[in-house]
Amino acid sequence: MFYREAGEFKTSYAADHATFPIGFDFWRFWVVVGIAFLVVPFLINDYWEKAILLPFLIYALAAIGLNILTGYCGQVSLGTGGFLAVGAYACYKFMTGMDIHIPIGGGEYWSLILPPLNIALCVLLGGLTTAFVGVLFGLPSLRIKGFYLAVATLAAQFFLVWLFNKWEWTYNYSATGQITAGERDLFGILITGPNTEPWATYLFCLTFLFIFGWAARNLVRGRIGRQWMAIRDMDIAAEIIGVNPMAAKLSAFAVSSFYIGMAGALYFAVWNGAAEPTESFAIDKSFDVLFMIIIGGLGSITGSLIGAAFIVLLPVVFKNLFVGVLGWPTDIAEHLQIMTVGLLIILFLIKEPHGIASLWGTMKEKLRLWPFPY
Amino acid sequence: MRLLTLTAALALTAGVAHADLVFPSLDYRTGPYAPNGIPFADGYADYFTLLNERDGGIGGVEARVLPCETGYNTEKGVECYEATKGEGSLIYQPLSTGITYQLIPKATADNIPVHSMGYGRTSAANGEVFPWVFNYPGTYWDAASIIVKHIIDQEGGDVSDKKIALVYHNSAYGKEPIRTLEKLSEKHGFDLQLLAVDHPGQEQKSTWLQVRRERPDYVVMWGWGVMNQVAIQEAASIRFPMDKFIGVWWSASENDTRPAGVAANGYKAITMHGVGDDFAIYDDLKTHVYDKGLSAGAGDQHGTVLYNRGMQAAMLAAEAARTAQEIHGVTEITPTMMRDGMEALKITDARLEELGLAGFMPTFSVSCDNHAAPGLGAIQQWDASNQTWSLITDFVAADREIVDPLIEEDATAYAQEVGITPGCM
Repeated sequence: MFYREAGEFKTSYAADHATFPIGFDFWRFWVVVGIAFLVVPFLINDYWEKAILLPFLIYALAAIGLNILTGYCGQVSLGTGGFLAVGAYACYKFMTGMDIHIPIGGGEYWSLILPPLNIALCVLLGGLTTAFVGVLFGLPSLRIKGFYLAVATLAAQFFLVWLFNKWEWTYNYSATGQITAGERDLFGILITGPNTEPWATYLFCLTFLFIFGWAARNLVRGRIGRQWMAIRDMDIAAEIIGVNPMAAKLSAFAVSSFYIGMAGALYFAVWNGAAEPTESFAIDKSFDVLFMIIIGGLGSITGSLIGAAFIVLLPVVFKNLFVGVLGWPTDIAEHLQIMTVGLLIILFLIKEPHGIASLWGTMKEKLRLWPFPY
Repeated sequence: MRLLTLTAALALTAGVAHADLVFPSLDYRTGPYAPNGIPFADGYADYFTLLNERDGGIGGVEARVLPCETGYNTEKGVECYEATKGEGSLIYQPLSTGITYQLIPKATADNIPVHSMGYGRTSAANGEVFPWVFNYPGTYWDAASIIVKHIIDQEGGDVSDKKIALVYHNSAYGKEPIRTLEKLSEKHGFDLQLLAVDHPGQEQKSTWLQVRRERPDYVVMWGWGVMNQVAIQEAASIRFPMDKFIGVWWSASENDTRPAGVAANGYKAITMHGVGDDFAIYDDLKTHVYDKGLSAGAGDQHGTVLYNRGMQAAMLAAEAARTAQEIHGVTEITPTMMRDGMEALKITDARLEELGLAGFMPTFSVSCDNHAAPGLGAIQQWDASNQTWSLITDFVAADREIVDPLIEEDATAYAQEVGITPGCM
């Protein structure tokens, strides 16, 4: 009735290529964005910020990153936790003043010492550093595929976590191996540290997600995205029609790691304020993000957001329901929560193997035909 | 979506004032750390139940324990903190060094005291830099130093040709004693080897293979959860002499030694309080808690090491609350008053006697200079045939010459990093 192409007249190619060609969709999107930017910040408290919204925004960014690599370019990666760690540690080094000393022989050092940088810049630089590391670990993808590549990226996961335990320079020689984010501000508003306001950190992360979500959506619709998808669907055919597999695969690794690196930087600096490699960036983080994109929908930006919401929010919802509302013992609630979430994942995969995003797509199709479906 | 709105409403209405003293218990009864988390949580809850049932609370105000499952995971721990801090929580005892590190800046900003009892950040002993954080009755650095002292005693005063290996949980917790042990190795001339075990610690074959190859004279362990029992079993299987295997006070419970059976006989660990259930308080617990069916959990942990320690944590919190009530002359105290109570806390023999805990722990008084008083520890040893721990030394002091400068150094570094001007409140 209201959700249909009929009556939507386009007068330019640009309008025809819009992400949301249907007027209703377009306005719905902007209403959601408007609420997220203009209403939510006034309503949230510390609990909403720290336990629900920041994890959702940050994991969504990581899920978009992994979706670019796995969902769009078809390269399975289990190294997400390691790449999150690279983002976090790079951000930490830039926050506290990057210092690089390279021996040039004769006991002499070539030194580069940067002052502590602005936090937004640190997050971006964290992403860029991770992009570089991601490309390095993406090199094997030129020779190996599928499960074998998954194992190679698994090596990245374990190597990187080991590295951040071992290489004292990365955590500024702190005795416990922990990295801690000091207070940093953007335009005089605190973004990191214990004294932040919930709305400030929320808006900071939301802005990152919005800008880079937007960028990802347009990237995958463009030339590069089509190359990725061609490689994913059949790499030999893609090569024959002129797609350079090296450029396509490595660019997917670079862009994907850039997103994951930014997520890692935000995870450490804005959300948690401290991190240690073994606990914060272990293999289960890689699996969490992989589950997000599988449940949300491979090859879908919306799916990344839905998947992140599913994995992050469900435990919190169940915990509040079981313990807060029903008053059950915490251990029973925790075990039941683990089982229920697992069961729901299986159920969704059976009922909707292409992820919740495809459910959303089917719903939109149905809406177009409503009220006369055929 | 409806569930979400429901929880939203719940979270927003959670801040209603109650006429009681709230003690959140960030505990863990699930996951690889549950064997150690459960007895502690039970002891913590049972002590407050006893106070409510026997005395009608603390100073006439009922105590309310607010359990929240963390699974020893820092992300969940922070969620628990955010979820419970609005309920008037007086004190946080997260039973996790990782969570403590996260909570130190947050709780300081929210003006809620943190008591990391024998864990957490050692330099919090300096109350001028960490006014909101307490770690009495001792720190990891005290523990490391006392363990080395015991080793020196065993070796008749000279350890310069000995090798000591540290098997540690690869986290902020396990890395905590390294700096002290390095200093001690410089001072006493022993050789220090570091062997990390990754979370959760079920896989330690390679670690113990290294122990077998390097043949250290002593192994010191900084373990927690399932890692402890696996380490003791692995040590037994390579026939490492158990009386030369010494754990920190968190690697020292029945749940850690029992799985290895008789092979664990003679295993040693440091402790900060007495062992067993031979204390008058257990009679009261029986009358007012156990016999009424009010035991927390399954009720099968009474008298174990970590149950006693949970009770000790609750007792110190309750005593601090009582001190705060006396200082401020009100019964319904705030977290800020609670902090004052903690900093003025005095545990005397007379008070321990009143509490039914005579001889349970050394006496001490907290002050702004020293949030980690008294810094004493004794060595306990496991007797596998009787399934009991017994103290084999007196409570001895740490090597203050080594520990105090390290605390000073670390606290000063933290103050500079965060921009604190040290000073008493």
